[in-house]
Amino acid sequence: MTGDVNDPFSPFTGRRCPEGADEGRRQPRMSTLPRLPASSPRERGEESLPRAAAPLLGFGRLLRRYGFPVAPEQVSGFMQAVALLGPRSMADIHEAALATLAPPPDRRDEFEAHFQSHFYGNTAAVVEGEADEETRIKDDGGAGDEENEVARQEEGGALSSGAEQLSARDFQRDGDGLAAFRRKLASALPARRSFRTVRTHARGKLDLRRSLREIVSADGDIPSPLLRRRQTVPRKLLLLIDVSGSMKLYTSDYLKLAHAAVQGADRAEIFTFGTRLTRITTPLRIRDRDQALARVAALVDDWDGGTRMGPTLLAFLSVPRFSGFARGAAVVILSDALERGDHAELEMAMRRLSARAFRLSLATPLAGDPRFQPATAALHAILPMLDDLVDGSSISGLADFILSLARPASAAAAIWKRVS
Amino acid sequence: MPKRSARTTSAGTVAISPEAVASRLAASRYLADESLATAIFLAIRLGKPLLLEGAPGVGKTEAAKAIAELLGRDLVRLQCYEGIDAAHALYEWNYQRQLLAIRHAGEHEVDIYDDRFLIARPLLQVLKAPEKRVLLVDEIDRSDHEFEALLLEFLSDFQISIPERGTIRAKSQPIVVLTSNRTRELAEALRRRCVYHWITYPDAEREAAIIMLRAGDVANATARAVATAVRDIRARPLAKPPGIAEAVEWANAATILEKGGSPWPEAFRRAIGVLIKDEEDLSYIAPELGRIVEEALA
Repeated sequence: MTGDVNDPFSPFTGRRCPEGADEGRRQPRMSTLPRLPASSPRERGEESLPRAAAPLLGFGRLLRRYGFPVAPEQVSGFMQAVALLGPRSMADIHEAALATLAPPPDRRDEFEAHFQSHFYGNTAAVVEGEADEETRIKDDGGAGDEENEVARQEEGGALSSGAEQLSARDFQRDGDGLAAFRRKLASALPARRSFRTVRTHARGKLDLRRSLREIVSADGDIPSPLLRRRQTVPRKLLLLIDVSGSMKLYTSDYLKLAHAAVQGADRAEIFTFGTRLTRITTPLRIRDRDQALARVAALVDDWDGGTRMGPTLLAFLSVPRFSGFARGAAVVILSDALERGDHAELEMAMRRLSARAFRLSLATPLAGDPRFQPATAALHAILPMLDDLVDGSSISGLADFILSLARPASAAAAIWKRVS
Repeated sequence: MPKRSARTTSAGTVAISPEAVASRLAASRYLADESLATAIFLAIRLGKPLLLEGAPGVGKTEAAKAIAELLGRDLVRLQCYEGIDAAHALYEWNYQRQLLAIRHAGEHEVDIYDDRFLIARPLLQVLKAPEKRVLLVDEIDRSDHEFEALLLEFLSDFQISIPERGTIRAKSQPIVVLTSNRTRELAEALRRRCVYHWITYPDAEREAAIIMLRAGDVANATARAVATAVRDIRARPLAKPPGIAEAVEWANAATILEKGGSPWPEAFRRAIGVLIKDEEDLSYIAPELGRIVEEALA
C-alpha cells in the first residue's frame, strides 16, 4: 500500500484496492505521518481532533481510494456538518456525508456500500451496480479525468490490463490522412451564433462601453464608432459508433476517426453502442492514439456482439446529460442500421434525435456498394428523419463528409429518391 | 469574527435543526424530505452555497424560493443560458445616461462612474445586501465553462472587481442556491465548494401531500390516485417525464372536469394534456393510461 492512503493531500487515485474496504475502521496511523508545513490544515487541526473524529477522516480517505473526488475542504466540511447535526444518530452522519462529500448520483449505490462497510463494518455489501434488464449505460465521466492522469503514470495495473485487450483488438497505426482531418475539423464544423460579442470593424452594433471611453478621452467628441458583433462558435459534434458484430470490419477505423475528432474539435462527444451504450469521450481525450484506443477497448463491453440500435439510442436519449449533447449538435451515426425484428423503437429514437440535433446523419458502410438502396424496412422508416445518408465504408470519405457538415445539402430522402 | 456573528443572528436563529428547517419550509408550502432539509440546514449553518441537482420538474427552483421565504429575504434569480456573460451576471454601466450626463454637465466636472450609472445585475445586487437577499443561480449547467469559472471566483470570495470603482465586497456571506439539471457535468471545483443534494421525485405519499398543499381544491383520494399514477408513468421511457408541477396541474384539471360532469377515470384521461406535453409520449402512454389510472384509483 502506498503512502497516499494516509495522506489526504495526495492526488485522487482511480485504483481499486480490494483489501482496502476495512482499512478505515482501523485507527489512522497518525504517528507515522510526515511533518507538514505549519500552514497545512492538518498541522493546525488534526492532531488536536478528538479520537471520535478519526472514522470521519478515514471515510474521506476510503472514498478517495476508490476514485471518488474528495477534496480536503470537503472532509473538513463533513466533520463540521456532523458536529452541527449533533450527531444524534448514524442517519445524521449519513446525511452529512451525502451533503458535503457530494457523491455523483450515478455512483450513489457504490457510495452507500462504502458507507455501510466503513461505519457499520458490513464488508459483505457488494460494490457492483445492480443488474437490470434495461440497456446498460457506462459513462467514464466525472472522476475520469483524474483517473486517466494517474493511470498513465502507473506502471502496473490499469494500463497493462488495457494492453491485454489491445492484443485482442488490433489498432495499428497507419498514415490515413487523419492528421489533416484533425487540423481542419474545428473550423469546418457548422457554426452557431454565440451570446458573446467580439470587437469588429464592420457589420456590427455600436459598442457603447468602448465608445464611451473614446468619447471621454476625446473630450466629448465622437470619433468613429466602435462596433461589436455576436461571436460564432462551432457546434458540438456527436458521434455514435456501432460496435456490433456486423460492423466488425469498420469499428477500428471509426474509433481512429473518433479519436481525431475529439482531439480536433472543441466539443465532441463519442458513444459506442451495440447491446449497451458506452461513453468513450474521456479515454479518447488522451492525446496518444494507441493508448486512447487501448483504454476504449477495455472500457467497451459489447464488442462484436448483436445490435439493439433502437433501445440503446433510446437509452442515450433518456439520460438528460447525454441527450443534452445532441441538442443543436451535428449528430453522425456510424452504423449499418441493420435492426433485427421490430424497428418501432429505432424509428422513435431517430425522430427524437432529429428533433434535437442540428443535423442528423447516418453513415453506413453498406452504401459503399454502388447498388445500395435504402430498402430495408428499418432504413426505409428512418430515411425521412435523416439529413444525410452517406457512405461510411472508407475513413477518408467519412472524414471528408464530416468536414462538409457545415455546407447545406438536400435531405437524404430527396437524394435517395432521385437515385432510385 | 464579526462576519460569522452577523450571519448566525440572522440565518442561525431560523436554522436551529434540520427539523426546524423542514417545518419552516412546510409553512412556506414546500415539503422537503429529511435529507433535503438537512442539506439546507447545513448550507445555511456552514455558510456554503447549496447545489441542487435533479431531473427537470422535481422542485429545485421551488426549493430556492422556499429558502428565501424561510429566511424572510428577497430571491434574486440569475437564469443561466449558453453565452451568458459578465454584463448579464455582474454589472453594467448605463451608457446612455452617462453620455447624457456628460452633455448636460458642459463645463462642470461630472463623475460618470457614479453609483447612479451603475446597473447592478443579480450577483452585484446580492453582494450589496447579503442579509436581505438570497441568490438563486438557476440551471447552471446551461451556461458555458467560462461562466462557471467566473461564478467559482464569485462564490469563493464574494467580491466583484469593477475596474472603474475598485472591489466591492460582501459585508456578510450571502446565501446562494445553485440548481442544475445535469445536462452536463459541472466542474469538480464548483461541486466541492458547495453543500450538495440530489433531489429525486418524491415518493407517492409525499407527492400526494404536495398535491394537496399546492392544488386548489382536490380531494385526498384524488391526490393519492394522481401521485400513484404519476409514479407509474414516470417509470416508463418517456421523452419528458412529468414533473411535480404537472402532477399538481393534472389533479386540478381532473377535479374541474369531474365537477363538470365527467366520471372519474374518464376525467383523468381527458385531462392528460396537462400532464404529458409531448405528442409521442401521449401516443406511447395512451393505450395503457386506462389501466394505470384504474390501478391508481383502486
